[in-house]
Amino acid sequence: MAAAASSALHGVGAVASAKPRSAAPAVARRSVRVAAAAKGGAGPARGRLVARNAVAAKADEATAAAGSKSGGHELLLFEALREALIEEMNLDPTVCVMGEDVGHYGGSYKVTKGLAEMFGDLRVLDTPIAENSFTGMGVGAAMKGLRPVVEGMNMGFLLLAYNQISNNCGMLHYTSGGQFKIPIVIRGPGGVGRQLGAEHSQRLESYFQSIPGLQMVACSTPYNAKGLMKAAIRSENPVVLFEHVLLYNLKEKIPDEEYICCLEEAEMVRPGEHVTILTYSRMRYHVMQAAKTLVNKGYDPEVIDIRSLKPFDLHTIGNSIKKTHRVLIVEECMRTGGIGASLRSAIIDNFWDYLDAPIMCLSSQDVPTPYASTLEDATVVQPAQIVAAVEQICQ
Amino acid sequence: MLLAAPSLPRTLIFPAHCPSHLIISHCFLLSSTSPLSNSNTPAISILPTSARAKLSSLLQPFVLCEDWIIASALGRRRRELIPGDMAALWLARASSQLARRSARSLARHGEPSPPWFLASVPQLPPVLGSPAALAAAVERSPSGRGFCSVRGFAGESGAAAAAAVEEPENGFAAGGDQAIDFPGGKVSFVAEMNFLPDSQKERINCYRVLDDDGRTISGSKFQEVSKEVALKMYSEMVTLQIMDTIFYEAQRQGRISFYLTSNGEEAINIASAAALSIDDIVLPQYREPGVLLWRGFTLQEFANQCFGNKLDYGKGRQMPIHYGSNRLNYFTVSSPIATQLPHAVGAAYSLKMDKKDACAITYFGDGGTSEGDFHAALNFAAVMETPVIFFCRNNGWAISTPTTEQFRSDGVVVRGQAYGIRGIRVDGNDALAVYSAVHAAREMAITEGRPILVEALTYRVGHHSTSDDSTKYRPIDEIEHWRTARDPISRYRKWVQGNDWWSDAEESELRSRVRKELLQAIQVAERMPKPPVAELFTDVYDQIPSNLREQERLLRDTIMKHPAHYPTDVPV
Repeated sequence: MAAAASSALHGVGAVASAKPRSAAPAVARRSVRVAAAAKGGAGPARGRLVARNAVAAKADEATAAAGSKSGGHELLLFEALREALIEEMNLDPTVCVMGEDVGHYGGSYKVTKGLAEMFGDLRVLDTPIAENSFTGMGVGAAMKGLRPVVEGMNMGFLLLAYNQISNNCGMLHYTSGGQFKIPIVIRGPGGVGRQLGAEHSQRLESYFQSIPGLQMVACSTPYNAKGLMKAAIRSENPVVLFEHVLLYNLKEKIPDEEYICCLEEAEMVRPGEHVTILTYSRMRYHVMQAAKTLVNKGYDPEVIDIRSLKPFDLHTIGNSIKKTHRVLIVEECMRTGGIGASLRSAIIDNFWDYLDAPIMCLSSQDVPTPYASTLEDATVVQPAQIVAAVEQICQ
Repeated sequence: MLLAAPSLPRTLIFPAHCPSHLIISHCFLLSSTSPLSNSNTPAISILPTSARAKLSSLLQPFVLCEDWIIASALGRRRRELIPGDMAALWLARASSQLARRSARSLARHGEPSPPWFLASVPQLPPVLGSPAALAAAVERSPSGRGFCSVRGFAGESGAAAAAAVEEPENGFAAGGDQAIDFPGGKVSFVAEMNFLPDSQKERINCYRVLDDDGRTISGSKFQEVSKEVALKMYSEMVTLQIMDTIFYEAQRQGRISFYLTSNGEEAINIASAAALSIDDIVLPQYREPGVLLWRGFTLQEFANQCFGNKLDYGKGRQMPIHYGSNRLNYFTVSSPIATQLPHAVGAAYSLKMDKKDACAITYFGDGGTSEGDFHAALNFAAVMETPVIFFCRNNGWAISTPTTEQFRSDGVVVRGQAYGIRGIRVDGNDALAVYSAVHAAREMAITEGRPILVEALTYRVGHHSTSDDSTKYRPIDEIEHWRTARDPISRYRKWVQGNDWWSDAEESELRSRVRKELLQAIQVAERMPKPPVAELFTDVYDQIPSNLREQERLLRDTIMKHPAHYPTDVPV
């Protein structure tokens, strides 16, 4: 896992010490995989297939990056998302894309570039500007049998689609008694960017996390971006895939052969002993940067990218807590009502007895994100704060 | 004979053989009666070259400003210009085209007939004959300036449009560039401000086939129905009416918690459903159970949903009247208003992708047309060209809000045009009219792959729902009038009976049969157990995730420990 971790962090603060810890993490990994497979086993074939692929994929990940399989190919995160879309659209003719400027313009972050030429105007649909309505259109199409991928130009605009997402997307499978399913994927760039202003720096995961019936995942590397996109499209549930505005140009080598990532699984980024740091999306890189400093100071943090924001992967998280007994959550959501708040309460509910210290949570300030870069940097968690927090926890 | 060059200010154009005395008198009027005499704007006359020399001396007194330009007519020699600059050349060319056209029309008709009028002077006689007549016309005109008023020459939209249409090649149409192109296409322009009126003088007409006594209006055109279909329509309308009555009573008795009737809208429900095929996807609001009834949903199935028992297809998860059946292509009712409109566009988009011979139809009320989803869905459907019928049940009331407080437009049908969608207004209490309109709309939607808007005018006879008492905001006699004199079922029955297809005996037999069946269904539904607690957690996702399993386990434990606090008729 360490090998994979270091390859995934090109130039973003790769972990210096890569003491091979294959034994312990492998055990942890296997138990998680078994649980995932069992979870998937009870359901229809598709669920089982997902879990088994995830098992295979995880094993590959450790080796693929080292170039042992078929070499792999390097690409940027937005290209990985596009590759996933192209593969799924080739495999399944019911997959379609809809959103503003996704067609010939190729999407505001070029995730759908070239798709309209490949699959036509009808399957890659440019919509007028009405988020509530094209999300509703996606819901209607999904109920009729298509698998739409709805793009919000910026996640913040999907607040206009909240009614459709909450009242219809999340509910109609339930209220129709299972008669109609909604295998929709809602995706888009979110998070705090570089001076994009408050309306374009929303963290929708904190607003959506209550909605029953939705699944939420956040990608952070090209590898998991492609895997999660494919898994989200194949899932029968509505999935919201959170991408981050600043991560689209991350480069990584990913396997040539097909793989998908399990939607409900967390990713072990760096195994450790002293403290469990739970994070996701862009904050993963701040954490890894802080980890460099921490390692130099003699600490051994275990970093987990939780990836699955709804539901939380309490197996991986729990196993880690049982090992380290200390938890630090680093998130980009605001202090009040964010993912960290829910995660904290879930950990207390389930793993109270294993904790040696109160759970610490580092979040963004409860303010609209300002434009000025100095102020903007002050609203999000910085590596220095993470180092200080770990030092405090591990006293 | 007298032509205005539409886009050229203060321009007179004389055809080639216009008598010179006319030209002179026009010029006289032009210069002396209007403020033009002091203006800098050029005025152009086109004279036959032969006359020019003759007239030049005569025109001398009229050259009051330096901008007289004289050019030859008929396009033969355009170069005789004073002064000779580009603008003048252009004007001359444009003018000569007009002159040519008028000459053509004159040659055709042999009589002077003016293609254009100076519209700002209403009293202008069509043919200007002698100068005396001209002078008389001037006296009669309101402004006292005759046809030489500034506004008259400033361009007349009708003429501009005509000119643009006739010679649109390069914008240098007769009279100048009449059309300009912006993103969105060419558009003619006018130099007069003309605000579109907020409403037409008359309301859009309403399509109707049967009169109030159930007789077909003479000359009415409608889609014929066979006796079988007509009788099925009638009996389903009666069934719907009885179903509404009995379920409403059941709610009042406390047997179900909520109900919502379709009183007064039975024709809309059944007739529109009859015009569709089973493959057409229905996305209802909540006042369209008749569509489901037509398609074969049984009274027992209706009752099961209202009682939320274990046979309910919705597994007891929704309020009464939130029916849904994927087998019958009827999307489950979702309470928020108008959210089903974008769904309809999506469903139609899916049909278009599959190239199916079917359309989507979505129903909504007058109140629903105020929702944002209405506007965006219509716009989307028009842009995406999806085969969807937008069926508005304009029943006059959105709970307590009358349509006068809902919108200021002429109902809903006029809005279709704003989005580029064809629409029709139909008498919603006339079953045959609704049937015909939906039949036609469906064909158009499918063959052309475009949306259609149908506005059915009707009246909501019942209360909004069992939670409403509409006598609080509308007069009782109004409700009674619509319940009796304007009842769609009795009107349609008169037509069916008029064809000798139905009798009173069959009527009473039908009513008592349906009533008995319903009461039986209610009894059975009431006694049927409710869904088990396990169904609380299924279908949230495709498979139950671990956190929900955990919650289910905890709930079960709690129920086991405190059975007295939980209902006994719900299996754990």
